[in-house]
Amino acid sequence: MEREMGPESARQSLGRWLEAVLASRGQANAVFDILAVLQSEDQEEIQEAVRTCSRLFGALLERGELFVGPLPSEEMVMAGSRGAVRKYKVWMRHRYHSCCNRLGELLAHSSFQVKELALSTLLKFVQLEGTHPLEKPKWEGNYLFPRKLFKLVLGGLLSPEEDHSLLLSQFREYLEYDDIRYHTMQAAADALARVSDRHPEVSLTFWNNAFTLLSAVSLPRQERSLSNFYVPRSGPSDKWKVTHLREHRKAFQAMWLSLLKHKLPLSLYKKVLVIMHDSVLPHLAQPTLMIDFLSSAYDLGGAVSLLALNGLFILIHQHNLEYPDFYRKLYGLLDPSVFHVKYRARFFHLADLFLSSSHLPAYLVAAFAKRLARLALTAPPEALLMVLPFICNLLRRHPACRVLVHRPQGPELDADPFDPAEEDPAKSRALESCLWELQALQRHYHPEVSKAASVINQVLSVPEVSIAPLLELTTYELFEQDLKKKGPEPVPLEFIPAQGLLGRRDDLCAQHFTLS
Amino acid sequence: MGKAKAAGARRKALGARRDPVKACPNPFEVKVNRQKFQILGRKTRHDVGLPGVSRARAIRKRTQTLLKEYKERDKSNVFRDKRFGEYNSNISAEEKMMKRFALEQQRHHEKKSIYNLNEDEELTHYGQSLADIEKHNDIVDSDSDVEERGTLSAELTATHFGGGSRLLHTKNFQQEGEEGEQPKSRKELIEELIAKSKQEKRERQAQREDALELTEKLDQDWKEIQILLSHKTPKSEKRDKKEKPKPDAYDMMVRELGFEMKAQPSNRMKTEEELAHEEQERLRKLEAERLRRMLGKDEDENFKKPKHMSADDLNDGFVLDKDDRRLLSYKDGKMNVEEDVQEEQSQEASGDKSEEDESEGSTGEDPEESDGPEGHSDLASDVESEEENEKPEKEHQSPEKGLITRGQKAQNAASTELPYTFAAPESYEELRSLLSGRSMEEQLLVVERIQKCNHPSLAVGNKAKLEKLFGFLLEYVGDLAIDDPPDLRVIDKLVVQLYSLCQMFPESASDSVKFVLRDAMHEMEEMIETKGRAALPGLDVLIYLKIVGLLFPTSDFWHPVVTPALVCMSQLLTKCPVLSLQDVVKGLFVCCLFLEYVSLSQRFIPELVNYILGILYIATPNKQSQGYALVHPFRARGKNSELLLVSDREDMATWQRSSLSLRWASGPRTQTATEANHIRLSCVAVALSLLKRCVLMYSTLPSFHAITSPVRALLTEHLMDCSHPHELQELYQSVLTEMENQKQLYRPLTCEKSKPVPLKLFTPRLVKVLEFGRKQGSSKEEQERKKLIHKHKREFKGAVREIRKDNQFLARMQLSEIMERDAERKRKVRQLFNSLATQEGEWKALKRKKFKK
Repeated sequence: MEREMGPESARQSLGRWLEAVLASRGQANAVFDILAVLQSEDQEEIQEAVRTCSRLFGALLERGELFVGPLPSEEMVMAGSRGAVRKYKVWMRHRYHSCCNRLGELLAHSSFQVKELALSTLLKFVQLEGTHPLEKPKWEGNYLFPRKLFKLVLGGLLSPEEDHSLLLSQFREYLEYDDIRYHTMQAAADALARVSDRHPEVSLTFWNNAFTLLSAVSLPRQERSLSNFYVPRSGPSDKWKVTHLREHRKAFQAMWLSLLKHKLPLSLYKKVLVIMHDSVLPHLAQPTLMIDFLSSAYDLGGAVSLLALNGLFILIHQHNLEYPDFYRKLYGLLDPSVFHVKYRARFFHLADLFLSSSHLPAYLVAAFAKRLARLALTAPPEALLMVLPFICNLLRRHPACRVLVHRPQGPELDADPFDPAEEDPAKSRALESCLWELQALQRHYHPEVSKAASVINQVLSVPEVSIAPLLELTTYELFEQDLKKKGPEPVPLEFIPAQGLLGRRDDLCAQHFTLS
Repeated sequence: MGKAKAAGARRKALGARRDPVKACPNPFEVKVNRQKFQILGRKTRHDVGLPGVSRARAIRKRTQTLLKEYKERDKSNVFRDKRFGEYNSNISAEEKMMKRFALEQQRHHEKKSIYNLNEDEELTHYGQSLADIEKHNDIVDSDSDVEERGTLSAELTATHFGGGSRLLHTKNFQQEGEEGEQPKSRKELIEELIAKSKQEKRERQAQREDALELTEKLDQDWKEIQILLSHKTPKSEKRDKKEKPKPDAYDMMVRELGFEMKAQPSNRMKTEEELAHEEQERLRKLEAERLRRMLGKDEDENFKKPKHMSADDLNDGFVLDKDDRRLLSYKDGKMNVEEDVQEEQSQEASGDKSEEDESEGSTGEDPEESDGPEGHSDLASDVESEEENEKPEKEHQSPEKGLITRGQKAQNAASTELPYTFAAPESYEELRSLLSGRSMEEQLLVVERIQKCNHPSLAVGNKAKLEKLFGFLLEYVGDLAIDDPPDLRVIDKLVVQLYSLCQMFPESASDSVKFVLRDAMHEMEEMIETKGRAALPGLDVLIYLKIVGLLFPTSDFWHPVVTPALVCMSQLLTKCPVLSLQDVVKGLFVCCLFLEYVSLSQRFIPELVNYILGILYIATPNKQSQGYALVHPFRARGKNSELLLVSDREDMATWQRSSLSLRWASGPRTQTATEANHIRLSCVAVALSLLKRCVLMYSTLPSFHAITSPVRALLTEHLMDCSHPHELQELYQSVLTEMENQKQLYRPLTCEKSKPVPLKLFTPRLVKVLEFGRKQGSSKEEQERKKLIHKHKREFKGAVREIRKDNQFLARMQLSEIMERDAERKRKVRQLFNSLATQEGEWKALKRKKFKK
């Protein structure tokens, strides 16, 4: 076979072969030539070949020239003396099979265009096979779906070697179809369950691919008849599992559980927790199954605990989860880093929710307020602007805690009675203390912070201050706000004339730094 | 009607008193408008009326006006008043009379004198017709004095009446007129008398004329003398003036003060402008000189050295002002000690400055010689305290320069010398091309000259140019800081220029500083968004932050530039991880800046304490931490968690405490391990001394122990097993003792007592009523408008009523006319009938008679 023919001539010869195969069964051997081009190095040629294959087998599938039923091995049929037509069909089915396998391999090709083309061709085959099934229906109205072929596709997508996020985003479009989604969930659960069988050590890429795929699956919120099928069906029947949302949910749950069963890398853990409350928990058939996962994550400490909080909250709030020592653990989560982590806004939003109940005991709220105030001594200004109103809101909600800022006849103390190292809020003696930290913060260098801290000098006003707009405040936003603010005209100037970069001899900078 | 109303009002005003007296007519004719409520302060105008009287008056008036018109309605002839100027108000009554008289005369004359030939002129003497004088020959002279006239008339009367009412000849006196027809026997006697009186009069006249002549002569003489005197008038006037204020010293003082006030500002303005002009002139001259020397024409040059003054250096008042304010800014007893030192320093500084200025001024003459050594000596004074190893270099340089002979020097200087005038750069590239490749002194000179040549008082657009120059200079400073190695000395000097420019244009300077800061923050924010963390920015941003602290007051509660800069520093300390020794130096510099910013205001900086804790942590071997937690930029374990740890004993032994160099922060630099270790130890020392300062500053904060407890925990741990050099150990110890010495009492917090909410009060609200019957609470225009509308309405109603009444009156008149006419006719008819009846009766009687006959 001529190897060096170039894409143009390849297209021509491919076209010739295609016509020949479709025209007469005698010319069927040209299929081999076509399949050979699929193995080519040149990506143009491969693309041409894939297109040709798509046309060829598409036509053959529509004509029904492929063998239907469980496929016998090739040699047996060739050796046997059944009809030539049957031989031809079996032989052609084998070619189709090898073509599909090759396309599955091409999903890992280096060029994205080839990958994309292979994916769309495979999905086209899925569609055609669905309408012209290659297995015999066992009864009338039997639901048939080319599961094997589809598993092949998913196997290609969940590759352990390569990051397929782009391809997966292409694939996402097909997930709109109910049947594709259902079978994807099934196949993915299957693939995830089997992944650690093959290799004990699973690569991070695989997990990333799996997570991308799984997070792309989203179920419809409302119960409705699912009839948006990729494979056109003449009359969808109620007996089919694929038409019920309940079944979808089950599959969804199975899929996620099969993922979470494994020991995941930390980054993935966080990613899962981030989307857990929003796109996983509401779609599970039995959300309580997540209790173990979430509580173990909550026990882990650090940022992971913060993230698990959200899921736990939903379970407690909507699914009657009893969680002993919840507040104690929440109290334990408060450490200086809480103001510096990425998920600060989410954490404080939840903390606000948890502490919004007016039935909490005063000692608990006081402990939280005192602890937050203590932590505020290390916080950057944007966090302070959020946490100071937060503390004041706590005091407003729980009038019993106002002694923290107003204790008219209290004795003078030598030391702060509050014990910062105590893990149990009940024993922290916060109610005996006062919020001296806020008094210290009244001397903060940023004017807004200073103002926010000075609120406690007066009797607290009744309406709470909404902290929602302050949650996401960043240093940069704060900076921009300060820049935009109009000041007094004219701008005040330094009146001591500058003498040099480091200032006078006994200025701080000049003491510790030199220019040379 | 207005008249009627006015009359009514008048009557009413008097009414109360007069009515009983004035025989108020029939009480049945009086109509009383009873008021329902007595309202205080309201004037009642229509309480009593006399309908009969007023109706009668109205009818009378109508008969006088309307009826007349009605009666004359069909008459077309009109009465015209042709009296001259009767309706012209421009002419006064006398003039009118005169004109009328003239007209009448004319008319008269025209008619009468047609046939007169000669008598059209009347001869006069002293404005009086001669004929008149002749007619009655004694005329009282208008000029004669009153008493004389009195005597004369007395005499006259005496003569006239003395004879017992027998004689008279004038018609003027009516009494005498009656006696005019006396016999004329004494006529001569009287004529004599008259002649006598005439003579007397003539004499008097002559006397007066004499007096007049004399005064005229005197006047003329005076004029002659006046010409002579006129030379000395100012003096005499001055003398007058001086004499005037003497009695009133206060006036003089006031006037003097007034003059002073007026004079001074204008004077000052002028000097500044002149200064700028002088400066420009000087520079131009120098430029010409330089060009001439460049061409090689060496001549004897005597330069006067104009005393250099910086463009914005007005006089000493500014410095004084400054010192005053400095005093105000210090309140603590602690600070007062420093103040003296600083004052001295500022004096020193001003001395330095003037020295520098002088040196710069003298560059025009001989740049190399005078500029070189003095500039270096200036530098050396700066350097002395900071760095000693630089000194020898300078000393080497200065003798070298002395070797060049003077003649060569001048030529060389001319060719290499800077131009004296510069156009202000329009773009940053322009400025860069101007400055690049020059030595530090030259760069400074260039910048200074640009500033002088474009002083805002010289041309209109200069202000904008200099404003731009500030931005460019700032950019240039940033570029210098990024360079490797950074040219920090130039920056050091340029700061002064930046300061002076900033003083001139605070608005634009603050804008450009803000712009620079925003740029830096924006860059960092982008990095954080993409990577989640940002590297510490280059030296330029740090330098900018430092410059902000130099240009603007950092102790303000809120400042448009300083507050963003503080936020920026906070960002640097919380978001930028410490990855290398450079980062440590940069971080410490930021800490130092931060502390300097708040040194006056003594504000609390949480980030700073955290950062120092982190720095000290990475100087210790990793351990299970107890009692302290690290926050963001630092991690308890990891690659850089022992960055500052020094384990080499030898290096520790050789270490000497020194300040950190900003050059270390700029870029990677090959260092030996020993050097690096020394820098590490210095960093720790700086961190400790900063910490000590923090401790001192925050000791008054109520939760001081909570703030410092992590650091204290770290330090105690540190101290136990630390092999650091002795000096550091001492520092640790002193910081720790400082911390422990701060005893503080925890006083329970109390809220300020808020004002009790006042009870609701039920006293009526008083609204001031300004005028009754007027709607309140609207604006003045509105009120005016309403008033006008109201007035119009009333007038309109009144007019309608009048017209109606007029019509009624007319109808009544017409009716009465008709009735009269009818009655007349009836009467006439009856008369006719009567006559006819009598006729008929007579005729019948006759007839009867006939029949009887």
